[in-house]
Amino acid sequence: MKVLVPVKRVIDYNVKVRVKADGTGVDLANVKMSMNPFDEIALEEAIRMKEAGTASEVVAVSIGVKQAQETLRTALAMGADRAILIVAADDVHTDIEPLAVAKLLKAVIDAEQPGLVIGGKQAIDNDMNATGQMLSALVGWSQATFASELKVEGEHAVVTREVDGGLQTIKVKMPAIVTVDLRLNEPRYASLPNIMKAKKKPLEEKTPADYGVDVSPRLTVLKTVEPAERAAGVMVGSVDELVAKLKDEAGVL
Amino acid sequence: MAVLLLAEVTDGALALDATSKAVTAATQLGEVTVLCAGAHAADAGQDAAKIDGVARVLVAEDPALGHRLAEPTAALIVSLAGDYEHIAAPATTDAKNILPRVAALLDVMVISDVSGIVDGSTFERPIYAGNAVQTVQSADPKKVLTIRTSTFDAAGSGNPAPVETVAMADNPGLSEWVEDKLAASDRPELTSARIVVSGGRGVGSEENFALIEKLADKLGAAVGASRAAVDSGYAPNDWQVGQTGKVVAPELYIAIGISGAIQHLAGMKDSKVIVAINKDEEAPIFQVADYGLVADLFEAVPELEQKLG
Ligand SMILES: Cc1cc2nc3c(=O)[nH]c(=O)nc-3n(C[C@H](O)[C@H](O)[C@H](O)COP(=O)(O)OP(=O)(O)OC[C@H]3O[C@@H](n4cnc5c(N)ncnc54)[C@H](O)[C@@H]3O)c2cc1C
Ligand SMILES: Nc1ncnc2c1ncn2[C@@H]1O[C@H](COP(=O)(O)O)[C@@H](O)[C@H]1O
Repeated sequence: MKVLVPVKRVIDYNVKVRVKADGTGVDLANVKMSMNPFDEIALEEAIRMKEAGTASEVVAVSIGVKQAQETLRTALAMGADRAILIVAADDVHTDIEPLAVAKLLKAVIDAEQPGLVIGGKQAIDNDMNATGQMLSALVGWSQATFASELKVEGEHAVVTREVDGGLQTIKVKMPAIVTVDLRLNEPRYASLPNIMKAKKKPLEEKTPADYGVDVSPRLTVLKTVEPAERAAGVMVGSVDELVAKLKDEAGVL
Repeated sequence: MAVLLLAEVTDGALALDATSKAVTAATQLGEVTVLCAGAHAADAGQDAAKIDGVARVLVAEDPALGHRLAEPTAALIVSLAGDYEHIAAPATTDAKNILPRVAALLDVMVISDVSGIVDGSTFERPIYAGNAVQTVQSADPKKVLTIRTSTFDAAGSGNPAPVETVAMADNPGLSEWVEDKLAASDRPELTSARIVVSGGRGVGSEENFALIEKLADKLGAAVGASRAAVDSGYAPNDWQVGQTGKVVAPELYIAIGISGAIQHLAGMKDSKVIVAINKDEEAPIFQVADYGLVADLFEAVPELEQKLG
């Protein structure tokens, strides 16, 4: 079984995000970019399936600017067998919307015929949490989101999902679209020899036109601003003082 | 202009707080029809009908809708979509599972976690873990949105609206429910509690988390946790507050042994009053705290609990 893993290039989760003063967006020039953390977890799961013999090949796909090559090289260094880059933008500030990403991924599925797609539950830049669900709707495969456990058993997969009330386990028909939550596994680091080897692994470049997909946005970003700042607080010297402040000043107790 | 609002129904019961907050947002868009779907949803439908601002309630009952599986629930919504310009739901894990699917079936974008409504096609939503707020305008004929409930007040109750039943759509039959592991608790629900007490990695162990829970119980509060506390097994996953956990905005949020990573702040920085207890005076949590106490939590928390008596 071939496993497809969509990986997005996003601002590194440790970087302090700066909103541009003119309201046009977040400054992404010269900031550290990395693989979306959820996608590292998705990829780790796919690689483990290959190591366990459940998967035969792991294909990583990224959609965005040319620089997403780096993200795909990381994926290859972690253990993906090959990679597909769909160059859909030339400005690093252009974000391709989940609906367009899902349409492109559907086209990749049609071409590659994987048996399973494992993606992240959410991209930490747009915080949409939508692509997997949209892809599942478009291809008509079963959907299992927010996975903290994944077992593929022949014609089915059993997936435990992180939901508001706790955990839910469902059984879905294969082929399936799975999106992963943080606690599915701990992704590995790429070792130096593997980083070297990854340079020789195949990385194919495509464009949306190759798949006949229109990626024009449906949402226009009118402006991007910083959130309202909180007024500065005070430090208290003791528990007694804290209790007094909460009772008398804040009035919340 | 009409809005179809998917109510949050769990095991036949309406989640009143989440649904009423979403109703407040939805009434800004048009006349609100609430859809209650489930294996049993009639009681939830009666409860939803009493929310102020609801014009009509649709009840869909079918075993396939029992556990809010995405495929049958999305199929149901799509079968009803024709009449509505907006399709909305409170941004719960259930709705986040279902609505993007609905949007794709209708060939429109989903607008996740709407925190402000400018007009019928223009919405505000947080991005980058709440580090920025984006205003987006939709060019789609239908707008599918999930609503961040922490930024809207709950609608009150009013005269009951009429309730109708609607038929189930074809179930694609792609998935089946196996089991739920839902923690039963007498504490208030995290996203609607007036007070939340959260513990982080500093708490040190699952046993020590009892300190946090004791303080919470003294205050009649819900218990929250950082991702580090959940990953370390000190607390269950449904207690996680943050970018990828729950978003809360209580009157009082007490963060104990939590450093204040941006991903945690994303879930709690709209709380009215924030208290931080941390032994490291440099901890970033103090930058958002209204009241900060530099102390060892193993001394400060029992003392606080006792002095609240
Ligand atoms: C994609 C992604 C998503 C994430 N989503 C979330 C999320 O939704 N929610 C979330 O919380 N995190 C999330 N995180 C993790 C986040 O980045 C931080 O790692 C996490 O919040 C840290 O948790 P913590 O503050 O409990 O632990 P730490 O950062 O380790 O802080 C522990 C604190 O406890 C203090 N302490 C230790 N001992 C004591 C003591 N005896 N008395 C008093 N204080 C003490 C220390 O001074 C320290 O400040 C996410 C990360 C990623 C990459
Ligand atoms: N541009 C992209 N390229 C590759 N994968 C993507 C892209 N956008 C989204 N994804 C995948 O979809 C998941 C959810 O993203 P989102 O719906 O944008 O929050 C991510 O974790 C990725 O697995």
